[in-house]
Amino acid sequence: MLALQAIDVSRRFGAVTALERVSLEVVRGECVALIGESGSGKTTLLRCFNRLTIPDAGRVLVEGADVSAVNPFELRRSIGYVPQDGGLLPHWRVRRNVALVPWLRGARDDRERADRALALVGMDPSEYGERWPRELSGGQRQRVAVARALAPRPDVVLLDEPFGALDAITRADLQSTFLAVRRELGFTAMLVTHDIAEAFLLADRIAVLRAGRVEQVGPADELREAPATPYVAELLRRARVAS
Amino acid sequence: MSALALALLLVQVQGAAATAPVIVGSKPFGESYLLAEIFAQLLEARGIAVDRRPGLGATEIAFGALRSGAADVYPEYTGTGLLAILGRRPPADPRAVYGEVSREFRARWGMRWLPPLGFENTYAIAVRRQTAESLGLATLSDLARVGPRLRAGLTPDFIGRADGLPGLRSAYGLRFAEVRALLPAVKYQALAAGEVDVIDGYSTDGFIARYDLAVLRDDRSFFPPYQAAALVGRRLSEERPDAVAALTELSGRLDEATMRRLNQRLEVDGAAVAAVAGDALRGLGLLDSVSARVGDQERARGGLWAYLWNRRGYLAALTGRHVLLVLVSLGAAVMVALPLGLLLERRRGSAETVIRMAGVLQTLPSIALLAFMIPLLGIGVVPALVALFLYSIYPILRNTYSGVRDAAPDAVAAGWALGMTPGQVLRWVRLPLAAPVIMAGIRTAAVINVGTATLAAFIGAGGLGDPIAAGLALSDSRMILSGALPAALLALAVDGVLGWIERAVGR
Repeated sequence: MLALQAIDVSRRFGAVTALERVSLEVVRGECVALIGESGSGKTTLLRCFNRLTIPDAGRVLVEGADVSAVNPFELRRSIGYVPQDGGLLPHWRVRRNVALVPWLRGARDDRERADRALALVGMDPSEYGERWPRELSGGQRQRVAVARALAPRPDVVLLDEPFGALDAITRADLQSTFLAVRRELGFTAMLVTHDIAEAFLLADRIAVLRAGRVEQVGPADELREAPATPYVAELLRRARVAS
Repeated sequence: MSALALALLLVQVQGAAATAPVIVGSKPFGESYLLAEIFAQLLEARGIAVDRRPGLGATEIAFGALRSGAADVYPEYTGTGLLAILGRRPPADPRAVYGEVSREFRARWGMRWLPPLGFENTYAIAVRRQTAESLGLATLSDLARVGPRLRAGLTPDFIGRADGLPGLRSAYGLRFAEVRALLPAVKYQALAAGEVDVIDGYSTDGFIARYDLAVLRDDRSFFPPYQAAALVGRRLSEERPDAVAALTELSGRLDEATMRRLNQRLEVDGAAVAAVAGDALRGLGLLDSVSARVGDQERARGGLWAYLWNRRGYLAALTGRHVLLVLVSLGAAVMVALPLGLLLERRRGSAETVIRMAGVLQTLPSIALLAFMIPLLGIGVVPALVALFLYSIYPILRNTYSGVRDAAPDAVAAGWALGMTPGQVLRWVRLPLAAPVIMAGIRTAAVINVGTATLAAFIGAGGLGDPIAAGLALSDSRMILSGALPAALLALAVDGVLGWIERAVGR
């Protein structure tokens, strides 16, 4: 069963083509990484799945339903989302931030859900729940952002360069936390990253985008052993993981 | 806006009282204050209740007040009536001028010029005595000869009026090396200090004697006759023969020498208006000493603090009125500008246009805006509230719009991505994050408002502008400070209270 599906999706911003007839399928429980240079269209594609971007042509399906046919606010509340900068509300304490989506959906136990999600990402709710975002380190803020995405226990989580702005050690910590949490909860994930090593580590399959087109989609080994285009080969060689 | 409506209602209720007091106005200069006070004390001595509204802006505002019924009588000059109000070139004969304004004002507005008080107060071109002697100046024709070597300091009014500098130029061919615009309050000092060589004054000014100035004779009879008289509005002239009769007792009683002496006591010796007016009426035998109103103490006695302390009740009442003006207008502005700013954030295409229009409103000179209001709203509290309201809109609107637009873009984007509706993004993200910027706009508006409200005195709305306007007219710096100091403290206090509210709400 497919969790996410893009069919011939195109999107232009003025004279710039962000996506050109892109098709991609993600099965339930899978994690797919989108990699490519800046401007390759990877973030635009990610945002099509929670309707933050509306394609000019093509269809986008989530759990079999066309996203253009559902209420966009309900859709977004049903999908976890982790932006690069965390995007915590600076005037809300950590617990309230994490409880945001359950609260929007009217859950009575939104605080408890928030605390469970915080514990899941290794943040002790009794220690961090009442802190302000500005009192946390960059890595802690990003953990809270992941907890916020997971608090409503979504089936699908979208991550837009979630660990890109962190130092190497903190990033490695968060990556292992992410792997552990995903093993435990089994949600479907789509991850945008410009770090090929991160894609290899976290994703089951990798989609390489270039100038709005998909160059190749496949597991890490397949990309390594049989790059579909010279561009993919070059990308892997530069990342020194080609051999 | 409901507060505005309430204020309107209050004013109407006041206006509907059975035997309304006679509203005596004046223009904002010493002699006008004094004549109005003489009118008022005389009316009171004849058992007629009086409401004093001194210091009304300038000719347009005082006349506008009379025409709209917001004032019943004020001292005016026949030449001004003909020239500035009717826009006609006056004849040289004083009686002809009086006849013409009497006819026209009655026909057009039902107003009545009571028989003149007995003196003329025309423009007087004055130089230092020493200048007159060294250059041999006695007449304006003499001045025209040496004008290009002299610097003139003239009131802005005089520089622009047809019966002022432009007329003098064509009548005498008068030219100066330099013309500087000076307010009445400073021009005598400027002349005495040698900053300028020639000034315009009034023939009855007390300062002419005080500084021993030489007044140059108008040898070509350029200046029209300016006979002082009580100008009475329609209501008073039709319904209150008792008041008209009382005021007419003054006709022909005040000659030029008397008036100059009274002005000197007021402007040079610093005596209180009420005291000078009372003495004048007693001197004329129009007021017996038993019925004499208890005058204020002479203004010249005591230091500033004693002066402020002695007037604490009066100043407290003025401060209360001032606070009312500020709170009502500011509250109405918040209720309009805040929602409008939020609306514009959703319609960004038209935002800049609308905000610029509010900005243009801000650039209108306050006195001009107040003058525009008179035909629509009369004088008093209501037009002042409307003007202050209009002035408060721009800072609140601008800050609300930009504060909400620019509030933490990361947090706003996250709000969208996690399924907040536009209303929720506004309520839970944009507004709280913009709150400090919006409050800064409200505080700016409040401080501007406290300052601008002092100008409300010029349209009879009261407040701390009253002593400022009177002090300017009488060159009395202590009187000016007695309004300006509380106004400055009030601005600080308002800003402080709003800052406290901001911190309390932000918690």
